[in-house]
Amino acid sequence: MPRQTWRMWALALAGAALTAGAAACGGSAAPAHSGPVTVTFWTWVPHLGKEVALFEKTHPGIKVNVVDPGQGAVAYQKLQTAIKAGKGAPDAAQIEYQMLPTFEVTHGLVNLAKYGAGKLRSAFVPSAWDQVVSQGGIWGIPQDTGPMGVLYRKDIFQRYKLSVPTTWAQFAADAAKLHRANPGITMTDLAPNDPGQLNGLFWQAGSRPFRMQGGTSIAVSVNDPGATRAAAYWQKLDQQGQISTDPDFTPQWYSSMAKGRYATWITAAWGPLFLSGAAKSSAGEWRAAPLPQWTAGQDVSADWGGSTTAVTTQSKHPQQAAEFAMWLNSNPQAVRMLAAPPLFLFPSLKSALGTASFHNSAPSFYGGQHVNALFSQIAQTVPAGFEWSPFQAYVYSQYTSTIGKAMTGKGSWVGALAAAQQSITGYAKSQGLTVTGG
Amino acid sequence: MNILTMTRQAATARSRAPLRRDGGRSHPRRAARRAKAAPYLFLAPFLCVFAAFIVAPLGYALYLSLLRTELIGGQVFVGIANYTQAIRDSAFYAGLGRVALFFVIQVPAMLVLAIVFALILDSGTLRLRRLFRLGFFVPYAVPSVVGALIWGYLYGRQFGPIDQLTSALGLHQPDLLSSGIMLPSLANVVTWEYTGYNMIIIFAALQAVPAELRDAAAVDGAGPVRFALRVKVPLVRPAIVLTTIFSIIGSLQLFTEPQIMFSIAPSVIGNNYTPNLYAYNLSFTNQQYEYSAAISFLLGAVIFAGSYLFMWRVNRRARSAS
Repeated sequence: MPRQTWRMWALALAGAALTAGAAACGGSAAPAHSGPVTVTFWTWVPHLGKEVALFEKTHPGIKVNVVDPGQGAVAYQKLQTAIKAGKGAPDAAQIEYQMLPTFEVTHGLVNLAKYGAGKLRSAFVPSAWDQVVSQGGIWGIPQDTGPMGVLYRKDIFQRYKLSVPTTWAQFAADAAKLHRANPGITMTDLAPNDPGQLNGLFWQAGSRPFRMQGGTSIAVSVNDPGATRAAAYWQKLDQQGQISTDPDFTPQWYSSMAKGRYATWITAAWGPLFLSGAAKSSAGEWRAAPLPQWTAGQDVSADWGGSTTAVTTQSKHPQQAAEFAMWLNSNPQAVRMLAAPPLFLFPSLKSALGTASFHNSAPSFYGGQHVNALFSQIAQTVPAGFEWSPFQAYVYSQYTSTIGKAMTGKGSWVGALAAAQQSITGYAKSQGLTVTGG
Repeated sequence: MNILTMTRQAATARSRAPLRRDGGRSHPRRAARRAKAAPYLFLAPFLCVFAAFIVAPLGYALYLSLLRTELIGGQVFVGIANYTQAIRDSAFYAGLGRVALFFVIQVPAMLVLAIVFALILDSGTLRLRRLFRLGFFVPYAVPSVVGALIWGYLYGRQFGPIDQLTSALGLHQPDLLSSGIMLPSLANVVTWEYTGYNMIIIFAALQAVPAELRDAAAVDGAGPVRFALRVKVPLVRPAIVLTTIFSIIGSLQLFTEPQIMFSIAPSVIGNNYTPNLYAYNLSFTNQQYEYSAAISFLLGAVIFAGSYLFMWRVNRRARSAS
């Protein structure tokens, strides 16, 4: 009798395991020949319900299943693992600009030129489009972008009689003046954990660290004159204690932003809205301005952040997935919804940047300044021709461990940049790439 | 099902045997065969899970560690090249040095605390003994991720309570998350988490110390402190050895706490603060799964060697003592 009970239990357990297994496998049903096709879309942008409903209404043959895989690095780890495993990847995925070549080089992405993406070229801001095109293919459709500008505390600038800097030389003079007047406030905070910000500053200074050549060869010049110039500039400010080097998006950083410990935040087009939510208590004190320039009279910015929608090679319905990717980011109605509350994605679509409702928003957090209009202008000044490496996650981790360390330790940023160049070159070689230049 | 019910069942089976009608000669042999198979039957669930989730992944990782994937060219067999690279990797040794230092400082402090707490609880002189026992143990019940997050908040400058307290007193808090103080800060978190756990193991062993010994020691004129140090501690030596082994493994595998601290002190932690963190970042940031596997095996070898060396010394001392 006891044995029989045992057997019964074992059977029950085995049965349960089998059903669980079957349930787990149930998701990958064979594609139906008739009826609507379901496209799975991985994105960490929340509240896409309205956009998807509109798409499904206008495209009766396609259903979209939105899945949130987590943000940024977390999502990439999952996507990379799925691509490596050969199954489990979604049809379409949100991928930031800097990560596109990483997925493209491992043949994880579909060339959207096949599905007519080429005709969208002139609809997008050139710097955004430029970043989705490489090796003769179109690897994603631009969604939002992050042209960089400066948010500054008007009250602090007034109290310490600082002028809003239009050149980096003026910015440094302001920083020194502020430091003399009140060492408790720094001119800005550069985040040692956020290579995207640093990369943007290098980009603006003319750095072009990577150039792929023919798919198997890459020129690496992380410490090119542009990057070195910017690094030397910031190194000086850092060593004189005129800037902070606190990690961003941490409790300390939030509290410093709200309490006015930093006079400026060098950020991107997504920054104004983010800050108005994160530092509510400082409402009304902030204003926006373009990035200071290396040469007076110039008008050069750079990008920090922004995403694309890409289609994976594992998709069984690449055409439908491509259709969705193109529609979501180029249909005027869809883009208007993405740019409106609650999402406020800063569009890369020219027509959306030009709409009156977008331009005329005058948030009280910025004292009624037309912040969107300003960043729309800045978006036109981002120089095209910036290439990302096909191993950008490694590059960014190297930035953090070399320059990031120099930042907090008030060491040599220029030296750290050279060390990063060396390790990145070594890594590129270990990946079987031919490394030229440098 | 525990041992008790097993023996009870076996006993029932034995007592029933003579009553059975088919009690031929073959029967006792069959019973014996069944009895021989029984342990394996009971072990089977464990062995299956062990094989599927420990042995197979280990085997696969070992296989992986002999390969290398390149962005261009794909996966190739490279023999022991990953290992020869690993034993010359200064990033690996930097992490290893850090956890070794951590082990030397943190583990003795934690174990001494655990022994003292266990002895105090066992001495019977404490009121609210259960409350204290629970109190010491509670940090272990807190998930280590949560523990590390809370400590990160406590340590933080400009927002943490330690900072608020020190600035209220007109003092300046040292940056507990700076590169010089990070290791002690982490040691504090780990000590907080695991002292109670180790204490419980030692305390359980102390419960087995026969009560007569206390009387014997009292007759010989030993006070409670002397009795604790000269009689109790030597008697629970196996438990202390066990907790030390756990601590060797735990220290060398330090991961969660530095991983959590990374978000508030990224440039201090970096990507190779501990060997485990290094292996993790190699896999998931650098996509160097194979090299990461080699680093992991190397770390496993160091842990094995460390534990073995420790056991060997313990055994030698035990032998020379007897």
